Amino acid sequence: MGYRAIVIGSSTGGMEALRIILEVLPKDFLVPILVAQHISPHSDNYLAKYLDNACEVIVKEAEEKEKAISGHTYLAPPNYHMLVEKDGFISLSVEARVSYARPSIDVLFESAAEAYNRGLIGIILTGANSDGSKGLKRIKECQGLTIVQDPSTAQAEAMPRAAISATDVDYIIPLREIGNFISKIIKEKSGDNSGYC
Amino acid sequence: MSNDQTINNLENEELEIRLLLEAIFLKYGYDFRDYSKAHLKRRIMHRLSLSELNTISQMQHQVLYDRWFLETLLRDFSINVTEMFRDPPFYKAFRQEVVPVLKTYPYIKVWHAGCSSGEEVYSMAILLKEEGLYERTQIYATDFNVEVLEKAKQAIYPIDDIKEYTYNYQQSGGLASFADYYIARYDSVILDQALKRKIIFADHNLVTDGVFGEMHVIICRNVLIYFNRDLQNNVFKLFYESLRNGGFLGIGTKESLRFSDYMGKFNIISENLKIYQKKFEV
Repeated sequence: MGYRAIVIGSSTGGMEALRIILEVLPKDFLVPILVAQHISPHSDNYLAKYLDNACEVIVKEAEEKEKAISGHTYLAPPNYHMLVEKDGFISLSVEARVSYARPSIDVLFESAAEAYNRGLIGIILTGANSDGSKGLKRIKECQGLTIVQDPSTAQAEAMPRAAISATDVDYIIPLREIGNFISKIIKEKSGDNSGYC
Repeated sequence: MSNDQTINNLENEELEIRLLLEAIFLKYGYDFRDYSKAHLKRRIMHRLSLSELNTISQMQHQVLYDRWFLETLLRDFSINVTEMFRDPPFYKAFRQEVVPVLKTYPYIKVWHAGCSSGEEVYSMAILLKEEGLYERTQIYATDFNVEVLEKAKQAIYPIDDIKEYTYNYQQSGGLASFADYYIARYDSVILDQALKRKIIFADHNLVTDGVFGEMHVIICRNVLIYFNRDLQNNVFKLFYESLRNGGFLGIGTKESLRFSDYMGKFNIISENLKIYQKKFEV
């Protein structure tokens, strides 16, 4: 069984980091990508528009009970947590902030780890806090692949550093190489073309 | 713990959660079986970590023999995070698109389903008051959680939230000063008691209870996100049947009729802000 989904967590500096990763992915990228980027609760969907313009994969804000499919990147909407169900449907939640954040990276990662198990790749990018550390650990426990941006290439180092110290991560990769790296392993080891089983 | 053990545990936990939900339903009639599993798992594991219990199976035993523990779980499963004038553009659109129609009616019935601790009910009461409609309105505010209903009746909220509520109120097209609607005491504010006059608070469960008839407006925001698609569809049916012809439905800005069987039975008043109007049946 191959990979079925990718989750990415980012905070300070994430807008550019996400662009740099997503813009190298092909339009028919074989698995869905789910992103929790810390963002002001009052913002509109400019981030989705910005990334969608810059990238070949379709980037959009996740809609409630939408099925996550290949070729698409889903952003957690401002002021909502994003979770993924076992059958690949996206659920949103307004439960309390986790580590001051909504969306919280941990919430997305923990639910995705349990939904996809070893079929999941988790990536922690730049950020000035420690959100995502617990979630990445959970991905590792559930046999998923864990990747952290090389802190020396991050606009804010704290988040990747926290993730590295919490988990024995599989790969630490400079920002500009992450996109090509995941392209390559997804091509070698993806599940089916629909991105879910 | 080895990683294979983790996967094995996950499978067991899934089974245990199904048994727990079945036990709650059979014993107490509260039906969470069609709630979002990812959401329930989070809430259950959170409760487990705070409790003395070791497994979800132990939790099942606990809930069967301890009514108070049920109350704890009910509190855990219903998310009661809300704000006054949450999503200000929703209220602004309601003023602009819905209020002019309501003004043509001699009386108005509003159902606020899943009202939680009441912040959004009082927001609507303020809006209707400012639009001169409050006197001819009856608001039914319901929730399945009687504990939060009690909180809603009190209309006492933390003073720390007022700054944000004031901002929301202003953004929502408020016509007065938000400070007109509350009195501050120590760490709390109490809302103007006159706002309660036309509100009836009642215990109603969207999953297991029936039609609440002949409404002009139904508001139910950020409740459906915790349900799976089948259950969402059932609730849309309930709303459809509880609305008069031409009645309005307002749901959360990230919720949608789109994946339900009822999309064709409503006109879209605002796609972004999720305000719909029931079509006239012939």
